[in-house]
Amino acid sequence: MKDAETISARLLSGDRLALSRMISWAEDGDDRFPASLSRIYSKVGRGWRTGITGPPGAGKSTLVNELARVFRQGERTVGILAVDPSSPFTGGALLGDRIRMEERTKDPGVYIRSMASRESHGGIARATVDACDVMDAFGFDELLIETVGVGQAEYDVVTAADTVLVVLCPGAGDGIQAMKAGLLEVADVLVVNKKDRDGADRLLVDLEEAVHTREVRTDQWEVPVLPTNAVAGEGVEAVIDAVHRHRAHLEAGLLESVRRRRRVDQVKRVVGERLEDELWGGRRLGDRVEEGLDRASTPYDVAEEVLASILGGNLGAPAGDSRSEAARR
Amino acid sequence: MAQRKIKVLVAKPGLDGHDRGAKTVATVLRDHGMEVVYTGLHQTPEMIAEVALQEDVDVVGLSILSGAHMSLFPRVRKELEVRGMGHVLLTGGGIIPAEDMAELEKEGFTRLFGPGTRTDDIAEWIQTAVEKSRASEGV
Repeated sequence: MKDAETISARLLSGDRLALSRMISWAEDGDDRFPASLSRIYSKVGRGWRTGITGPPGAGKSTLVNELARVFRQGERTVGILAVDPSSPFTGGALLGDRIRMEERTKDPGVYIRSMASRESHGGIARATVDACDVMDAFGFDELLIETVGVGQAEYDVVTAADTVLVVLCPGAGDGIQAMKAGLLEVADVLVVNKKDRDGADRLLVDLEEAVHTREVRTDQWEVPVLPTNAVAGEGVEAVIDAVHRHRAHLEAGLLESVRRRRRVDQVKRVVGERLEDELWGGRRLGDRVEEGLDRASTPYDVAEEVLASILGGNLGAPAGDSRSEAARR
Repeated sequence: MAQRKIKVLVAKPGLDGHDRGAKTVATVLRDHGMEVVYTGLHQTPEMIAEVALQEDVDVVGLSILSGAHMSLFPRVRKELEVRGMGHVLLTGGGIIPAEDMAELEKEGFTRLFGPGTRTDDIAEWIQTAVEKSRASEGV
């Protein structure tokens, strides 16, 4: 499996090793990935992408495991992407979400892939959308994207999922938390897990209140607030029912535009990454920044100089040639 | 630019419930910049190989303290090969008598680590071995 043609053909024939390898190529920024993706891209868009996010320990992995179990009872195949955090110091990661999904490992209708967040800070990894596209083309009916345990403002999952579940549990703050902007606003479905615990009823009420007094949504979707006890499998059917209803809601209207926007975001991301590599990959601009700072210019002034040199069309100058006439002008 | 990481599966096969060592090794490898998948206890060779495939790991490390190493290593190797994962570096450790260790290493289970091993040695050995095998694959 050394080239794009072979891997994409094998993926489309149902080869799980090709699926795994292609996700690795996406993660590693392998230069064979774009060509492989273009060979399978006509198959992308059939699976439904449900994102599961929420704070650490809320029960995301357990809920994902239960969602997969119920989907399998309905004979639907499931691809799971579970993101865990990378160390900002070493780049290493301990990927432990699979432990909660062990029963699914033996099921050939389920595929589980752990993914380290690497340099991303929004709750998913840079390659998450690519990996979803690959799993989608492979043919899974349901795609479940579990984010890293998040705080209040990591919600990049909206750039990857059709339906976003935000999973909370009691004991993590008062009603004011439910009034804050950020994470809660991106939920299409709010799940209060560990509903058997003290404070669950109060959290349900606070969230319902917060949802109903909030008129920021323009899509006419009423966000349900659902209690679950994922460890015992309680309330999971209601969550799936809500996902189905949200799917029907989107399919009746905004789905095409939502997915279109996601592709636009994806293009911008790739352009941004490539530009960043091009700009800072060589030493030229880095040297210019150092020189500017040596002159005690402010960061803004140095940035203006750098931008002027880029937008002035001097990017074509050979790397390391920062003292050329063109660059000095 | 994204770079290629070393991905390791740390697995506990069979009927032994002692995973302190496995967790320690997983943490050490994480601190050496690797992406480490930990499966939990009581995995069958089939499950381990299946996880290795789904995760596309470079290395599988088995922690065995049950005495069943002479059968478990070859069975995991076979399950990996069945799935087209013969390129995976299979290693491990635990309570393995020296003569068994020598025999397993002779049969191609690369290198095994017993009690008293410096954890950094495991990480360094994996780094070198993966770099070598990637270079020989040309990928």
